[in-house]
Amino acid sequence: MKFESKRGNEKAELQLTSMIDVIFLLLIFFVMTFKIAAQEGDFSVKMPLQGSGGNPDTTNIPIKLRLRANADGELADIVVNESLSYGNDWAKLRGYILELTGGNAPPTPEEGPEVEIDLDYNLRYEHVIRAVTAVTGQRQGDEIKRLVERIKFATPRKPQ
Amino acid sequence: MKIRKSYDSKMAEGDLTAMIDMVFQLIIFFMVLINFSQDDQNDKIKLPSSELAKPPEAPLTFPIVLHLDSNAAIYMGTNVVTVDSIAPLLRTEIDLLKSRNQKASDANIVIRGHQGTPGGVVQDLIKKCQDLGFEKFALRVREEQP
Repeated sequence: MKFESKRGNEKAELQLTSMIDVIFLLLIFFVMTFKIAAQEGDFSVKMPLQGSGGNPDTTNIPIKLRLRANADGELADIVVNESLSYGNDWAKLRGYILELTGGNAPPTPEEGPEVEIDLDYNLRYEHVIRAVTAVTGQRQGDEIKRLVERIKFATPRKPQ
Repeated sequence: MKIRKSYDSKMAEGDLTAMIDMVFQLIIFFMVLINFSQDDQNDKIKLPSSELAKPPEAPLTFPIVLHLDSNAAIYMGTNVVTVDSIAPLLRTEIDLLKSRNQKASDANIVIRGHQGTPGGVVQDLIKKCQDLGFEKFALRVREEQP
């Protein structure tokens, strides 16, 4: 006896509509929440409390960097060792550091000259970072040449 | 003269395979790149930039991330504190370090300061951390394209 197949000859078809709906929903969610984060980096500083360890500066070239701010918190003057004034020219400050260090990196991060940064309380943080950038190194193409590894902050100048 | 239709009477069907492939690729791309971590990012903070900024070569040991906004508010995890009221939170971290046989000096304080924050506030924060025994600090900055 011959049984006739109930199924037709047509191909079985997948219902893709709901899957495509979900996929587009996911895609839109990820596109909306996507945020390109800028590359971030660190200035690593080892700063023990004064008088509780840490290597003293044995290089005999102490650098005291005084950053003066105007009333708006913008940089007014850069003074090195209470004698040299560079206005707000970071390139001149870096030139001075290059001259002092001979352009050579300290043998280890714990050695070499130490820079003490003394700033007005209201000076914007971006200028502090510019100062740290100017004294700690120099970019030469893709390479970063280290100049000073040791920095510390002076006692905060609290507004009266 | 009667012209016979050359095409099939069946409904025209688009081939969706290539489109689905592409859409899946896009979804995977966005899923991989999306940053769900709220710990490392804070929209209120606009970091200062520096040409010397380089991502750390090795992960920092026991990082404690402090977000410092322009109004001198400090975001530490889900807590919002000031420099004067941060000590209890840092002491909790020190207790956690002790339970792992480590000291405060082994931890790294990562300061994500807003570029307009008064520098004196950052100094105060560092001083407060130093008083509690922390020694290693990482001043986080945005990479500046030369």
